[in-house]
Amino acid sequence: MKSMTSQKPIEEIQRLLEGLDKVFIVGCGTCTTLTNTGGVEQVAEMKEKLQEMGKWLTGTVIIPTACDDMTDVAMKENEPAIRSADCVLSMSCALGVHRMTLYLDIPVIPAVNTLFIGVEETPGFFREACAQCGECLLGETAGICPITACHKGLVNGPCGGTNNGKCEVDSEKDCAWTLIYNRLKEQGRLDLMYQYKSPRNHHVTLKPRSMKIS
Amino acid sequence: MVSRFKEALDSGKFVVTSEVAPPKGTNLEKMQHHIDLLKDKVDGINITDHQSSAMRFPSLGGCLAVLESGGEAIMQMTCRDRNRIALEADLLFAYSRGVRNILCLTGDAVVVGDHKEAKGVFDLDSLQLIHTIHTLADGEDLGGNALDGAVEFCVGAIVTPEARPQEPQLIKFEKKVEAGAEFFQTQAIYDLDNFKKFMDYARKFKTKILAGIVLLSSARMARYMTANVPGIFVPQDLLDEMSAVPKEEMLAKGIEIAGRTIAALKKDKLCDGVHIMAIGREETVPDILAAAGM
Repeated sequence: MKSMTSQKPIEEIQRLLEGLDKVFIVGCGTCTTLTNTGGVEQVAEMKEKLQEMGKWLTGTVIIPTACDDMTDVAMKENEPAIRSADCVLSMSCALGVHRMTLYLDIPVIPAVNTLFIGVEETPGFFREACAQCGECLLGETAGICPITACHKGLVNGPCGGTNNGKCEVDSEKDCAWTLIYNRLKEQGRLDLMYQYKSPRNHHVTLKPRSMKIS
Repeated sequence: MVSRFKEALDSGKFVVTSEVAPPKGTNLEKMQHHIDLLKDKVDGINITDHQSSAMRFPSLGGCLAVLESGGEAIMQMTCRDRNRIALEADLLFAYSRGVRNILCLTGDAVVVGDHKEAKGVFDLDSLQLIHTIHTLADGEDLGGNALDGAVEFCVGAIVTPEARPQEPQLIKFEKKVEAGAEFFQTQAIYDLDNFKKFMDYARKFKTKILAGIVLLSSARMARYMTANVPGIFVPQDLLDEMSAVPKEEMLAKGIEIAGRTIAALKKDKLCDGVHIMAIGREETVPDILAAAGM
């Protein structure tokens, strides 16, 4: 499972860094390393691009996992370089940005867009597997999530856009309800597909969602 | 005031509906022209709801124009653009203004339309919308609150007889019947043998089926639909028939094919009626009906 990201266009990064001339870059050794959006090589490339822009780099670091509490340690170890910067440019996903802002007073600017939490289905191919909706349907849908795997998030069966088992919005994408149907049929559990599903509760946990573990 | 369309369905006659698309803008002349052309020739006029996810004048506005013209309106309602609160509110408003028939649709995906970055809502799906209408008819909203004045609609839905794979669609069809869909307008059908097989199955359920008739306006359009539109398959013999005539005669050929399809459905009592979709060529609907001998 990885936090999937794409690099922002350099023009957008330049705009976000307007007035912030001294920059400290943080990469992440986990997800953005895997997606080639914020690992060692991309941080080095970003450093060069920022220097070409006329920015002054006070330092760089690749935190092993930017979203966990080791980020605190990394921030402390790099305190002088970070303190002398106008901002941190984060090449971790947004979870890392959130973690860093817990420890830093200076702006933390994301250099990547965080897309989704992906599961690697085949080598190098990641798919969103869970929308964390709070009302898990997997027990009734043969382990295939209609909230995430169906473009429209339909819970009562396919729409009219099923096209030879593919989705109307992407001819490469399997229709979630064809997959669910096939697997339920194999399991001898097609009766589940005949059940009416009521409208979903979109506020199982109130947004912004949080939970205290006792 | 009851639904005249429902009366037609219940009468056992071969019912004909057609559809009109609202304009992109506030010039209603063309829509009104199409309504005037059709209102006395069909049992109900569907008004499309931002079809193909392209923003237009609303379905409800088109339905009011139909009613003001003395026609019978079938309001298409998709779940793409409104959450349950807005859908319920529009149903109350539509009922208060005389709309008596609703066609429940999930709706095309936003990304196929002309506002590609808009949020697709899909708070409800077509099946849940059917349930919602019956809940409102029972005098309650989806929040469980009592209504001061309920609704009474003739509720319809769609089915794609030629979907591939077919069985998941049929399961949903059965759920729609169970939820109280009183009529179905089908996706376009061209292969009468296949449609007959579907009807042998559908006849087991207590609902009315109107076969979808989409006018073939050219051989190119027929090939395009077969290749690109989910659940539409124009058989090779019809493709050949369209291709065999000169370009300027293709529309007339399409009208002839639509007419004879309707005549065959009616003669053999294969279904309860037809829903004619002329897609931008609404002025040909009277010709199609004439070609069908109606």
